This record gives sequence, structure tokens and C-alpha cells, in this order.
Amino acid sequence: MATTTARQKAGWGSANTIAILLAIVPVLWIISLSFKDPASINDGSFWPTDWTLENYRGIFDTSEFTRALLNSIGIALISTFIAVVLASMAAYAVARLAFPGKSVLIGMCLLIAMFPAISLVTPLFNIERSLNLFDTWLGLIIPYVAFGLPLGVYTLSAFFREIPWELEKAAKMDGATPFQAFTKVIAPLAAPGMFTTGILVFIFCWNDFLFAISLTSTTNARTVPAAIGFFTGSSQFTSPTGSIAAAAVIITIPIIIFVLLFQRRIVAGLTSGAVKG
Amino acid sequence: MAEIVLDHVTKRYPDGALAVDDINLTIADGEFVILVGPSGCGKSTTLNMIAGLEDISEGELRIGGTVVNNKAPKDRDIAMVFQSYALYPHMTVRENMAFALKLAKTPKDVIDKKVDDVAKILDLTQHLDRKPANLSGGQRQRVAMGRAIVRDPAAFLMDEPLSNLDAKLRVQMRTEVSRLQNRLGTTMVYVTHDQTEAMTLGDRVAVMRAGHLLQVDSPTTLYSKPANLFVAGFIGSPSMNFMSATLENGTLRSPLGDIPLRDELRASLEASGSGRDVILGIRPESFEDLALVAESDRSNGVTFKATVDVVESMGSDVFAYIKAEGGHASASSAELDELARDSGQADTGAANDTLVARLNAETTVHRGGTAEMWADTRALHVFDPKSGLNIGLGQPA
Repeated sequence: MATTTARQKAGWGSANTIAILLAIVPVLWIISLSFKDPASINDGSFWPTDWTLENYRGIFDTSEFTRALLNSIGIALISTFIAVVLASMAAYAVARLAFPGKSVLIGMCLLIAMFPAISLVTPLFNIERSLNLFDTWLGLIIPYVAFGLPLGVYTLSAFFREIPWELEKAAKMDGATPFQAFTKVIAPLAAPGMFTTGILVFIFCWNDFLFAISLTSTTNARTVPAAIGFFTGSSQFTSPTGSIAAAAVIITIPIIIFVLLFQRRIVAGLTSGAVKG
Repeated sequence: MAEIVLDHVTKRYPDGALAVDDINLTIADGEFVILVGPSGCGKSTTLNMIAGLEDISEGELRIGGTVVNNKAPKDRDIAMVFQSYALYPHMTVRENMAFALKLAKTPKDVIDKKVDDVAKILDLTQHLDRKPANLSGGQRQRVAMGRAIVRDPAAFLMDEPLSNLDAKLRVQMRTEVSRLQNRLGTTMVYVTHDQTEAMTLGDRVAVMRAGHLLQVDSPTTLYSKPANLFVAGFIGSPSMNFMSATLENGTLRSPLGDIPLRDELRASLEASGSGRDVILGIRPESFEDLALVAESDRSNGVTFKATVDVVESMGSDVFAYIKAEGGHASASSAELDELARDSGQADTGAANDTLVARLNAETTVHRGGTAEMWADTRALHVFDPKSGLNIGLGQPA
């Protein structure tokens, strides 16, 4: 459309406003709750009447939350790293090579991504207990990698397909082994794709509650989403609403930092200049 | 420096498609050979086989006397320039050019010196620290060449390196490539679909069609003595005019009139036993406005009346699209059909009963008029419509 009328502008503007409000109000609400002191939680005002940092101090008082934060960061980072490395190799093969069973592999990936995780919880619980993986970092990393891989293979193979194949040929002519061609030419160019995949897998691991609650039992490997469920109020008669809100705000921060840091890397167009303009 | 020998080289894809069929070609050390043909003729596949990017199904490829069929590209000591340049976008110009040397573990000071030297030759010195994305098309093209030259390889392979440049730059770079090859004296195999590039650049030109090597000769020989219809139609711009003619009692009955046959042509025609129907080929420059032909020359050709369809004045010459008044049975053969497809003539729907004549700039022919034309029959080519062979060359049918 070449021109937009004032009416159209108003229509789109209000639609956008509604969408943004719907997304932002719960976030603001949680932030507001985290700054309310326990006595005024139920005062019915959207904004805190007297601001307090008590909730934040409270969750850092015991090692319960800090330990969970450490678990979350460790498990999510390791899972993301493994998933991206494996997925990039698999995606490269999917994008570039013709091999028997390729369509089966892609189908399996899709199947795993679609598979209802809840149905795996009981078998995983039993398997991990007998393998002594229950309530360990590895016990969570393995299912996270398994569920992160299909996502990674899908996004990365799309990125690899975008990279001109001639670059790889050029690297070969320049004397690179296939591995060197991949690590020195293809992988740096697929970096935006790897970051995108990394962020997606990281968010998935970071936010997961189902596996975290089912496959852990102590602070040994319990991640933040699960740990929040175990919060208690300061006495048995106070609800831990404020602490939960504070913890929710805290664990959102790394994700925001993660996305802000890498959003520049995600912009396409890193390959511009490789082939004719 | 090395000689490249293709000995009965064949490429057959797993699905059975034959891309390159039994090619024999010896490229001498230091020679500049062009592989030319329409798209899908197997020229790029041939180049990729020399490079080692594609397997050879049958036959033997020797570089510098060694069989390299099973050697990886990196062990063949050849450099390649790609049509798309294939520069590494995440590296600067300097890093792009140094990449191969770095992989070969050349000492850093040697790399720097070599890159600087080549950058000087190609006028890239002030661009060494820039990324390919910030370069113009011509500069990228030069970086791609620089990346190949810096390695000082046994041979250069070029896959349509100029086809992404605009017309003016292409002519400039063409001269540059030619100068570079003279200077380096390295064996060079150059693939193009542009017959002008082929004619102007190569020591020898190999014309390919449908996986076969049709003729390998110097550009002048290809032009004056094409071995068959396809080469005749492919080489030269505007291309050769074709028309069908019949042979009767030693004269050719053609749309241009009756043409008495030269003795040697008649002899080879009879020897070929190709029957009465032939295809005549005549180059645009063999036509002339009768008024501008000297009296003494007129007996060397035939004169005919023609209607002038379109006149294109180029300043130095005039291209006239004419129709012979005697009617013009257009020639047809598989080769000509493919040429028409390749040139896009089939798509534009241009009638192929028009002849292109390249006339002296002083001609007075004008659009829509009729003109007396003269055709030099000494430069006539006669082809067998079935085999496509040039009968005048006296080759067995």
C-alpha cells in the first residue's frame, strides 16, 4: 500500500497498543509485586505503596536460591554449548550432503521436537534413578540437549543453506581440509545462526520446569524454576508471593542480557560481499 | 607450471546423466585455453574435474605428468577463480589473499611480502584492510584473482570470472586477464559462455556442446574454418547466417541465387555423398551493398535483391537485417535449434528467415526499402544438414 489513511493508522496503532499492553502488564505486575512488602501484597494497588527491597534481600539470605541460580546457569550453558556444537555438525550434513536416510533423520528431528515431554518424565525418572543420574547436572543436561537438538538442527540447516557453496569450494581450492573449511570459513559465517540457536536453546533450558521438578530432589541440581516452587514465606502464615516475584524478576535478567548482547549478531547480512553484490 | 592432459575423461552422474563424454585435450605448459559453449554443455563440469571438485567417472587426468584423478584439490597445486568470486566475507582482503598460504603454513613475513606484491600488481594496496562487502564488483573480482595469483600455482582455473561485471568493466578486465596471463606465463583454463571473451583471450579455444568437444583451435581458425554447424553458429557476433540450398549440376540453388561451386568444394561435396540438400553458411561481413563493391570484385560473388527490415548503424559499420527476395527457406537442424535457444532467439520469436549483413558505413540502405546486395561466395560454408559437418573442410561425413 502506497499510502495509509489516518483511519488505518489509528486502527493499526490501537491494535499494536493492545498487543503490547497484553504482554507488558503481567511483567509490570510481577515487578511491582517484587517491590511490595508482605503486608501490603493484597492492598489492591497496582503500584507498591511503600517500596521495599526486602523480597530481594530475602531470597539471597539463604543458599537455596543462589545455589539454584548457579545450577540454572551451569546446566543451561553446558546444554546450550553441547546442543549447538552437535546441531551445527548435523545441520551442516543435512544442508550440504546427500546421504541415505536424510529425510528419515529430518523426520525424526521433527518428531522429537513435537513429542510431548510429559510422557517422557516417568521413564526418564526411572532410567535416571537406576543410572545414578537422578538429581545431577548431567541428568538434566541430557534431556535438555535431546530436546534442544531438533530445534538447533532446524534453524542451523536453514542458515547453512544460505551460505554460498562456492565458498566451501574456494576453501578447498585454497588447500583446506573439509574440517578446516568448516571451522575457518563456514562456521564463522554461520555464527549468527549459531547465536540464534544458542539463545533459543538457552531459553528453553532456562525456562524448563517439567524436567527440573521431576528429575531433581535436592539443591544438588535443582534449577531456579523448580526452586521457586519450594519457596516458603517468612512464617507459615505469610505467602511467599513477594519472594517468588523477586526471583522471577532475577531470572528474567540473564535472558534479557543474553538477547540484548547477541541481537546484533543475529542480524542477517554477515555473508554480504561473499558473492556478487 | 604444468601441462594438463585430459585423457578420455568422462563424467557420468549417479542418475546416469552424461555430463562430459570422452574428452581428450592437452593443454600445454603456459597455454591459455578457453572452454566455451552454451549453458549445460559440460564446460564447468570439466573445469571442476580438473580442479578436483568433482570426481572423474572414467579416463585419466594428468597435471604435470602425474595422474591426479584421486588427489584432493589441495594436493593438485591449482588455483581457481569462481564466477561469484567466493570471497570469504568475514576476512579482510589481506586475509582472503593470505588464506591459502596460511593453510600451507608459510612463514608470516613471506606471506606478507607475497600479498603486498600481488596487491601492487592488481592495484589493491589501499584496499588490503577492507572487507569484501565494502568493495565494488571490479575490486572484488581483482581480489579473487589476487587470491589465486598469490599462491603461484601450477595452473589457474577460471569459471566465468567476468560474467558478473557490467559490460564496460568486463571489457577492461578482459584486457587485464590477458595481460596478467602474459606476465605470469602460467597455464590457464578459462570457462565462459561468451564467444567474444573466448575469441579475444585464448591461445586456443575449445568449443563444447552437450558434453562433447567439437573443435579445439586458435580463435582465427575457429572463425574461418568451423568444423561444423554448431561452431560456425556459436563463434562470431552477429552470428553466421544459415539457409538451406540444393545442389543441382554443380551449382547451388540458394535463396541468394545460383552459386557456381568452386572445384575443390564440389569435389568434397561429391566425396561426402551427403545428397542434394545442404545448409549454406555465410558471415554477415561477407555481404555488401552492391553499390559499394568495386566492379572487379563483383564476379567473386552473387548479387541479389533484398528488402531491408531493420538498419542498425554502429558508426563504423551498419548492420542491416535483410530478406532475400527470392524467398528464404530457413535451414533447420538440431544444432541450429540449440543455438537459437542459447541466443534467446527462440524466446523472442524472431523469424529466422532474416539475414544479418554487416555493411560499409557509407551504405544508403534504409529501413523498409529494397536494396541490391552482393554476397562474397568465396567465404561460403557448406554444411551437411544431417551430420552438421562443414563439407568444405573435406572431412569425411
